[in-house]
Amino acid sequence: MELAVLEALNAERAARRATLLVTELGSGRQRVVRPDAIAGDPLAEQLTEALRTGRSRLVEHGDARVFLTVQVPSPRLVITGAVHISQALAPMAASAGFDVIIIDPRTAFATPERFPAIDLRAAWPDRVLPELRLDGFTAFAALTHDPKIDDPALVEALARECFYIGALGSRKTHAARLERLAATGIPREALARIHAPIGLDIGAVSPAEIAVAILGEVIADLRRRAPARERAA
Amino acid sequence: MYAREEDVLEAAARWRREGRGVALATVIETWGSAPRPVGSHLAIDGEGNFLGSVSGGCVEGAVVAEAAEVIAQGTPRLLEFGVADATAWQVGLSCGGRIAVYVEKVA
Repeated sequence: MELAVLEALNAERAARRATLLVTELGSGRQRVVRPDAIAGDPLAEQLTEALRTGRSRLVEHGDARVFLTVQVPSPRLVITGAVHISQALAPMAASAGFDVIIIDPRTAFATPERFPAIDLRAAWPDRVLPELRLDGFTAFAALTHDPKIDDPALVEALARECFYIGALGSRKTHAARLERLAATGIPREALARIHAPIGLDIGAVSPAEIAVAILGEVIADLRRRAPARERAA
Repeated sequence: MYAREEDVLEAAARWRREGRGVALATVIETWGSAPRPVGSHLAIDGEGNFLGSVSGGCVEGAVVAEAAEVIAQGTPRLLEFGVADATAWQVGLSCGGRIAVYVEKVA
């Protein structure tokens, strides 16, 4: 592999763009194929299928064996609320392979001391979210309990078709939230995508246990729900 | 430190830019129960340092040894590993699966 090819793959991933690498095993020849160039490639059909599923694979092309490396953006977890649960959830999600970003305009909460080594944005979601460019490879969790912070972020997460959307709060809190969001014109079937109460039902009590319940639910949606990835591709 | 797939590719590029000899190993095919999915990477440098995993630890030693020759010769190799043979103490997978690993030089 030429270093330039490796650098190109790394650059595409850093920009959160899907990319494919075609390796002819006999000759060792390689080419990078970006999604918009698939149609013109001799392996268009196999490349389309590989990108759709997000899975690298070995294919036959004539007499040759060809390996297709599929590189999709890393899963990301965006959280509103630099709260107690987030302190447990952020390092857990990071070790499970997620890029984690926490947003909270309340500077008393959003401090590096409370969140060492985590990408922390002490600003309002409507300022931060546009530059983060939420996508189908992003999970979003609303954890502040404060509608001024959580609601605009939920609206953005729904519009950008995040593969997972969850919101903290009791059924009663959530019912009130649904009324507020519906009043902004979001269809009920879109709102039904929000997981609330958030997290798998494992009887979680402590902040760390609730973090496990949330992360488990996020991973289940990531691994089982192909459609979100297909939409993003 | 635990390394994600992207960390492995970043490390391979960084090592090469530093002037080290580098090989990249990729799981290209699996049969039966295999410890790491197709597409998993292992980056190896000329000193035998490595990052990532192609088998969860079963055959990394053998891949690192082959990588040294790939770095020296520049020609890619296709390696296959099957079930561990307990009597011969050969390198293999104790889980009973088989994997094919492609090893190429980063030039």
